[in-house]
Amino acid sequence: MPMFLNEDQAMLRDSAREFLKSEAPVSHMRKLRDEGCKDGFRHALWKQFGEMGFTGILIGEDDGGLGLGHVEAGVVLEEIGRNLSPSPFLTTAVAGVSALNHGGQHLKDKFFPGILAGETVLALAIDEHAKHRPAQIATKAEKSGNGFKLSGKKQFVVQGASADALIVAARTAGAPGETDGITLFAVDKDAANMSIDNTRLVDSSMAAHVTLDGVEVDGDAVIGEVDQGWQVLAALLKAGRAGSAAELVGVGSGAMDMTVDYLKQRKQFGRLIGEFQALQHRAAHLYSEMEIARAAVLKAQQLLDEGKDSADIYVSVAKAKAGRSANLAVREGVQMHGGIGMTDEYDIGFYMKRDRALNEFMGDANFHAGRVAEIFGY
Amino acid sequence: MSDLDQFRTEVRAWLEENCPAEMREPVRGDDDVCWGRRNWKFKNEAQKLWLDRCVAKGYTVPDWPKAYGGAGLSAAETKILRQEMARINARPPLSSFGIWMLGPALLHFGTEEQKVHYLGQIARGEIRWCQGYSEPGSGSDLVSLQTYGEDKGDHWVVNGQKIWTSYADKCDWIFCLVRTDKTNKYQGISFLLFDMETPGVTTKPIKLISGNSPFCETFFDNVVVPKHQIVGELNRGWDVAKYLLGHEREMISGGGLGDGAPSLGAQLKNSIGTNGLGQLDDGILRAELAQFDVDALAFKAMAERFGDEMKAGKGHPAQPNMMKYAGTELNKRRHELVMAGNGSDALEWESEASKGGAKARNWLRTKANSIEGGTSEVMLNVISKRILDLPGA
Repeated sequence: MPMFLNEDQAMLRDSAREFLKSEAPVSHMRKLRDEGCKDGFRHALWKQFGEMGFTGILIGEDDGGLGLGHVEAGVVLEEIGRNLSPSPFLTTAVAGVSALNHGGQHLKDKFFPGILAGETVLALAIDEHAKHRPAQIATKAEKSGNGFKLSGKKQFVVQGASADALIVAARTAGAPGETDGITLFAVDKDAANMSIDNTRLVDSSMAAHVTLDGVEVDGDAVIGEVDQGWQVLAALLKAGRAGSAAELVGVGSGAMDMTVDYLKQRKQFGRLIGEFQALQHRAAHLYSEMEIARAAVLKAQQLLDEGKDSADIYVSVAKAKAGRSANLAVREGVQMHGGIGMTDEYDIGFYMKRDRALNEFMGDANFHAGRVAEIFGY
Repeated sequence: MSDLDQFRTEVRAWLEENCPAEMREPVRGDDDVCWGRRNWKFKNEAQKLWLDRCVAKGYTVPDWPKAYGGAGLSAAETKILRQEMARINARPPLSSFGIWMLGPALLHFGTEEQKVHYLGQIARGEIRWCQGYSEPGSGSDLVSLQTYGEDKGDHWVVNGQKIWTSYADKCDWIFCLVRTDKTNKYQGISFLLFDMETPGVTTKPIKLISGNSPFCETFFDNVVVPKHQIVGELNRGWDVAKYLLGHEREMISGGGLGDGAPSLGAQLKNSIGTNGLGQLDDGILRAELAQFDVDALAFKAMAERFGDEMKAGKGHPAQPNMMKYAGTELNKRRHELVMAGNGSDALEWESEASKGGAKARNWLRTKANSIEGGTSEVMLNVISKRILDLPGA
């Protein structure tokens, strides 16, 4: 597979670019923020995602989807990143669907039609602490009748208060730190004994603290096999990490483009500031880093789509590289905009906030560099 | 089976049968790979056999047309050949500036006669080429070069001096930038080819901080160059030079990929030592190595993307400058970490254990990566101007 988008993928990129630029540009996100939108996204936009076919990218053709891959999902995510478009696409249509693809047909039948229609929203309840440490999951799922009783606390559950169901990772066996003994559950939002505390994050997205206090679910809620949830979780995480890396590339590119444009407009000392070599070299370095990040992300997506084992390491490379590069883009972006970059009125600050949240999502650049070292055995 | 799958099967079988076992060992020194020249001293029989077989097949320059010594392979086929060679760790049968630099320029700018003559020699490893670009007063500002060729009707008489001529003392011919019009800066330079044995050519190796002398000063004292030995048009040598620099930058950028080992951190595990968890027992160095491995793998993906895009004619024409910048900076970082990871062992300069100070000398050599072929700062200038379209760059 050559390392660039094929014709179909390029067409998809063009239509995603046009769609998001017109339906959900940065001003759309600003409006939701100003209104104090409690969902952090518009259900109407999600519906449009369904009409565009985006929500079915990773759903198999047998289940009514497009049966495409992570490269295609990434193409949409990069445009989402560039426009800072709030949507449940990453959590629901990418990570959530990747988990459900490992689940029984009854779960697919339950959720996929709603996702395809852009109606159903899934949230991911994985993290339990401020830092992403999936193997440390302590939330308990005890056998109860023909089902399970879930107890524990989750945080950074993006759009948790607006979701129809939560994918909850819990421990049916083993101790925190072990990968065996984890099980994934699809828990309906109305389940008893579950409290969802909705919180706004720095980037105006909404995330929840979720407390499970003996939440009863029946056996049908298990995604995949009991105690063997690590494989399902790994699929969910790989999809989510590669996807957030693609979105980061969009965020970084959006910030970089804005900044380079600004260098061509702003005058000081009687010249365009883009004439100063001190700024030119930093912009050129940033360009180089963003190009490399984009290549790393595409490589990870291609390996995922080919089902290669090396996808695992490249997903971490992609998340780490995209995280660092996008972070550089937003920092340089604010600095090179000068005073105006500090104002709420200007969009560059939104890029900085989104980058921060996405970097943290499913493991930051340090976490993923650490994973690379671990996989290489040092 | 698709045609490409079929091709892969054939190539694999051919390599299996024809690549000698000795040529599947890692490259340790410069002479482990044949550089070709008039009187190349083969290191062993296997090296000669490997070259002969590849020459016969056109595999020293697989993507060149058959008429010029290549195998006429498509981009996809060439990629497969490289993958299959990498799979068995096959050494390149022939390495040379002729292949990477002059060849592509001749393919683009040469006359049919020049192509048949010079490209054939390059493909067969008969002539080793050096590059006469930089001068003592013209480094980053290459276009200010002063070496002058005086028009004498059917020939030029060249006088001047070049510097940083790689392996000039070991080369047979030179491709050289010579001023042929003193009144026009950019359009007053011609791209000339001549024999290093021409009377008036002398070379003097320059001893570097590594203790080695891969570069020379090269002097021209009334050197006669016949008019048919020009590539491209008179006074338009800068076009050829720029085209060729693109290929040089592409080649140098490959250095960032290292020797093919996927992880520098893993490679340095023994020398650094590990703690009870099996992690490097220097936490800060481990973190630096992990960041490096991330960047190296990401750059590897970039190199693959760059290659695929260039072959498909999709990449930005100034992208080699970005690759050169990123690749050389990465390679310098790699060697800083190799030195840090090997501690005082890597300081040894002469001992047998250190193979004559190989690590230290290689580390010092890499410092030139971001200087030769255009400094990192010049690369950033080019990116600013040609890719980002920044004003006044």
